[in-house]
Amino acid sequence: MNAKISLRDVTKAFGPKKVLQGIDLDVAPGESMVVIGGSGSGKSVLLKCILGLMAPDRGSIRVDGEETVDFNDRGRARVMRKFGMLFQGGALFDSLRVWENVAFGPIQSDGMKPEQAREVAVAKLGAVGLAPEIGELFPSELSGGMQKRVALARAIAREPEIIFFDEPTTGLDPIMADVINDLIVKCVSDLGATAVSITHDMASARKIGHRIGMLYEGKLIWQGPVADIDRSGNAHVDQFIHGRAEGPIRMQVRKL
Amino acid sequence: MSFPLLTVLGRMALAFLLATGAVTAFAFHAVRQAVQPPYYRRQIVSQILEIGYYSLPVVGLTAIFTGMVLALQTYTGFARFSAESAIPNVVVVSLTRELGPVLASLMVAGRIGAAIAAEIGTMRVTEQIDALTTLSTDPFKYLVAPRLIAGIVTLPILVLVADIIGILGGFLVGVYKLDFNDAAYLRNTIDFLQFQDVFSGLVKAAVFGFLITLMGCYHGYTSKGGAQGVGMATTNAVVSASILIFTFNYFITEAFFAR
Repeated sequence: MNAKISLRDVTKAFGPKKVLQGIDLDVAPGESMVVIGGSGSGKSVLLKCILGLMAPDRGSIRVDGEETVDFNDRGRARVMRKFGMLFQGGALFDSLRVWENVAFGPIQSDGMKPEQAREVAVAKLGAVGLAPEIGELFPSELSGGMQKRVALARAIAREPEIIFFDEPTTGLDPIMADVINDLIVKCVSDLGATAVSITHDMASARKIGHRIGMLYEGKLIWQGPVADIDRSGNAHVDQFIHGRAEGPIRMQVRKL
Repeated sequence: MSFPLLTVLGRMALAFLLATGAVTAFAFHAVRQAVQPPYYRRQIVSQILEIGYYSLPVVGLTAIFTGMVLALQTYTGFARFSAESAIPNVVVVSLTRELGPVLASLMVAGRIGAAIAAEIGTMRVTEQIDALTTLSTDPFKYLVAPRLIAGIVTLPILVLVADIIGILGGFLVGVYKLDFNDAAYLRNTIDFLQFQDVFSGLVKAAVFGFLITLMGCYHGYTSKGGAQGVGMATTNAVVSASILIFTFNYFITEAFFAR
């Protein structure tokens, strides 16, 4: 298999804390991979390492077969052109209007003319169910759900080959979370993109993923098709997907 | 046998060296990005307006009152030696060489250094800087370089304006309160004004403009945590810029005027 993204022995530590301990992962072209895991399990660090926002201490990260770990600025910019990213909090630029946020990549990075980029922005806002008038507002004037939609529109504006989703449904009510999940599935499918998501929302993971991997204490302890997650045979996975307090995963909480 | 004081001093020295190294590396990277294309012209113009144009009222008020107080204080001191006629000379030299650049820069450090650190710091903790990177935009080129360029370009202009307004303040006090002849006051001012006085002040302003924006960008860019981290970045930006202004002021003065 020619993997779109391939990780081998990816390791990252912050001082004595080993956050990632030898991650091996392959994501096929057009596949939607979801990485689940509790808070502090290393999901965000894994995503940042793949995106190049953080350098791993050891290991290999290949995108389309090309090693990205030791990239220079030019190489990084080239591979970044393939990426789109939906951040957990949206990370919209609050000094720019909504349409300028969506058109930011096409204008600043691709050199598209503002008038043309505005049309692209309106089209992408339409694809996530937002009216053109919303484009004139500032992000602070939008609800959480609308901000997520705008962030999704920005992530797909350059029609990336690979889209990353960082906790796409966190902070949303269940109905809005499902709306966002549907939009993610539709956008990824329309673009024919490869997707890598991290979440601890199992409903979201089941809906947007083809395959699921579980990260625990910096290791990928299980991975397989979504349909197999309920019969994984792994006690850690079972405890996590059913949200049980009792089990092999112990939360570090002090007694009152 | 342990020496707690030595340990504390050693840790402080190491922390100082670490911070100096980090700021220097940040500055080199920022300058390299600032001189290489692409240039974000809209960002540069916007920062010139923010740092220069919108700082004019506060710098102007500081300058006029400084000039007025300087004339008044010089008069009360020099009158004892019957040297009142030297007031225009003292006002023009003090303002152009020292008070204009230093006071204007301190006011800008308070206004702009804090604003830059808060804005970039908030962008850091809300992942907007990471978002820039994922949109193939170098945060140094888009955020840091325009602010550095704007700081270096606008501070000399602000200081030139401050010099003129400060001298006007001294003139107003000299003529309307101390009963100087207006034409004689102006002639004295112009006769005593030297190109090097103004030029040294403008060089200082350009260096201070770089330092203010650099400190704002550095502390904002490296801020951690949430609101507390941004607050700390803001404070550190103003304090470090102010200290650097005083430190570099001495060295530039020595370079220009030490015999």
